[in-house]
Amino acid sequence: MIIGDYESWGRYPKYKPNDVFSVYWRNEIPDLGKFPNKILPYAWGKSYGDSCLNENGILIDTKNLSKFISFDEENGLFRCEAGVTLASILDFFVPRGWFLSVTPGTKFISVAGAVANDVHGKNHHNSGSFGCHVTKFELVRSSGERLICSNEENTELFKATIGGLGLTGLITWVEFKLKPCPSAFFAMESEKFYNVDEFFDINDKSEKTFDYTVSWVDCTASGSSLGRGIYNRGNHAHPEEYEIPKLPNQKLKSFPFDAAFINSFSVNVFNMLYFNKQINRIEKNVVHYDPFFYPLDAVLHWNKAYGKQGFLQYQFVVPFGNEKDTIREILKQVSGSGMSSFLTVLKTFGDMKSPGMLSFPRPGVTMAIDFRMNGDKTLKFLESLDSIVRESGGVIYPAKDARMSAEDFQKFYPQWTEFEKYIDPAFSSSFWRRVTKKINN
Amino acid sequence: MKKIMIFGAASAIAQETAKLFARDGENLFLVDMNIGRLEAVRDDILSRFKTKIEIYEMNALDFDKHQELFDKAIQTLGGLDAVLIAHGTLPDQIKTQEAQEMIIREFNINCVSVISLASIAANYFEKKKEGCIAVISSVAGDRGRQSNYIYGAAKGGVTTFLQGLRNRMTHSGVSVVTIKPGMVDTPMTAHLPKSPLFAKPGVVGKGIYKAMLSGKAVAYLPGYWRLIMFIIKMIPEWIFKKMKL
Repeated sequence: MIIGDYESWGRYPKYKPNDVFSVYWRNEIPDLGKFPNKILPYAWGKSYGDSCLNENGILIDTKNLSKFISFDEENGLFRCEAGVTLASILDFFVPRGWFLSVTPGTKFISVAGAVANDVHGKNHHNSGSFGCHVTKFELVRSSGERLICSNEENTELFKATIGGLGLTGLITWVEFKLKPCPSAFFAMESEKFYNVDEFFDINDKSEKTFDYTVSWVDCTASGSSLGRGIYNRGNHAHPEEYEIPKLPNQKLKSFPFDAAFINSFSVNVFNMLYFNKQINRIEKNVVHYDPFFYPLDAVLHWNKAYGKQGFLQYQFVVPFGNEKDTIREILKQVSGSGMSSFLTVLKTFGDMKSPGMLSFPRPGVTMAIDFRMNGDKTLKFLESLDSIVRESGGVIYPAKDARMSAEDFQKFYPQWTEFEKYIDPAFSSSFWRRVTKKINN
Repeated sequence: MKKIMIFGAASAIAQETAKLFARDGENLFLVDMNIGRLEAVRDDILSRFKTKIEIYEMNALDFDKHQELFDKAIQTLGGLDAVLIAHGTLPDQIKTQEAQEMIIREFNINCVSVISLASIAANYFEKKKEGCIAVISSVAGDRGRQSNYIYGAAKGGVTTFLQGLRNRMTHSGVSVVTIKPGMVDTPMTAHLPKSPLFAKPGVVGKGIYKAMLSGKAVAYLPGYWRLIMFIIKMIPEWIFKKMKL
């Protein structure tokens, strides 16, 4: 393997491990206590910041743990190895009438990564996070123990591992619930909104009748257009109700080189075109799950479009209360900064609670904003956003983070000291070392 | 429903071929040297497709158990329609060329055991007057190169053996398929730097499946290797011997 290949999705920071150890068979896991440095599991490297990095440590590459183990058709219970991608699950199961209970915006992640980050998707308002659908997994610890964790056995480790950022041991397999789906297609509606208030009005009525909702926001717009965007919502398309198109035969394109293609000019043009592309206020389509859930997956390595210095995704959630003012304030800051974002996503979380001890999703409004890494200027700006999030009682998402302060993390996740008891002594990550630094008052 | 034995079934390429046969509902008898790996492969296939799979742990170097293996497979499945021989190792050329016992071991794994298994299969299918013997050889067997000639010579031996066997078996209606993969991105090549010439095991596994169904004599996988190896074979020896390949 080539150590330089093990980077995070945002390609910032650039921390290299000392070594990488690949595992191929779930029954041939090496003695995790024997490694000379701290270890961290790594599969497809889709975490944005440094939660999947382990500078000067060792990465345990699990992407070859790619086997299915069992499927209980009666209960929709599926068990597979840690490195299996959501893409390979969809490839196999959608034609047979099953779908993922929860999926994030990329399908190129491993199931163990989905557990470790307790990922969420467009149906959080009615289905919660990935961890809500996990029934069991196996955790190998550096003590040599192989523990089955569920709601019945090793319950505390079960809770700590969901959203536990890969620090509690090596997950070898996961069992979770799939849900029946009537087709590979979604009946989707897109509705334009012209400000933040309109977003919330549309959201209130849409969440009652649509299983999946998410919005794109034009973060270059300001003044009276502040907070304009397009609200997307959909449901599984039943063949009795909708004409199901033929399967698309699309070939994946790959972004060919490192180029800072994304800059403030292209972002402004893109956002303007994207908003105006839709002529009618509401448009309806029947679309395949790929463009519906994974529009960016159509271009592999799209992260390279940000150039070698990489990019940061800023994702936070703020509780309901004064959420409208907070979102407006953040958008004002972003549009005024000139550091506009290519893709900004807005969504409300529901109140379904995940078993995860350190999970990110909680009732409120979440927003994800991409920024090209432009050195101190970018980092300073994000610090100014931190203070808005902090004051409104929000938190930042570790899976996307590369820079929040130890002080903020420890305030956002006060349960971290409780969580720390379940960390395997042989495991660590660059993220964890950064956010658990001692704070000097 | 056909009955197929796969030797070296835990290899990344063979797993892919096995899945395609299982999808068709064929019954499988999977052999490899580690039962834990075989169980993982079997569970993977059975969680996807409804078919019958038997697993059997055996080391290819146990030559005197080869006949017993076939008897067992024929008894368990109630006959055999096809055999895929897919096991092998990729030795480090430099380390191997300096150690005679390693050369012999590599030849035993990659050539002698293969010829032994294929011979037993041939005798069975010849009597049956039908069947298919597919063997994974390699493009490395097409011409000896200094970087890889011990592995290459073992595979070359397999290729020549299969040519002769094919000539014999054609008269009995049995197909002999020589598979010549190029470089494939598998655990066997994990230590090598990857180039665009590397193929995915899924692509090669599917190529084997198709070649076995059609009874093709020689399958280069992916197909562009036929052209590459044609060119390499055309280079006159007096030039070739000075090249660093």
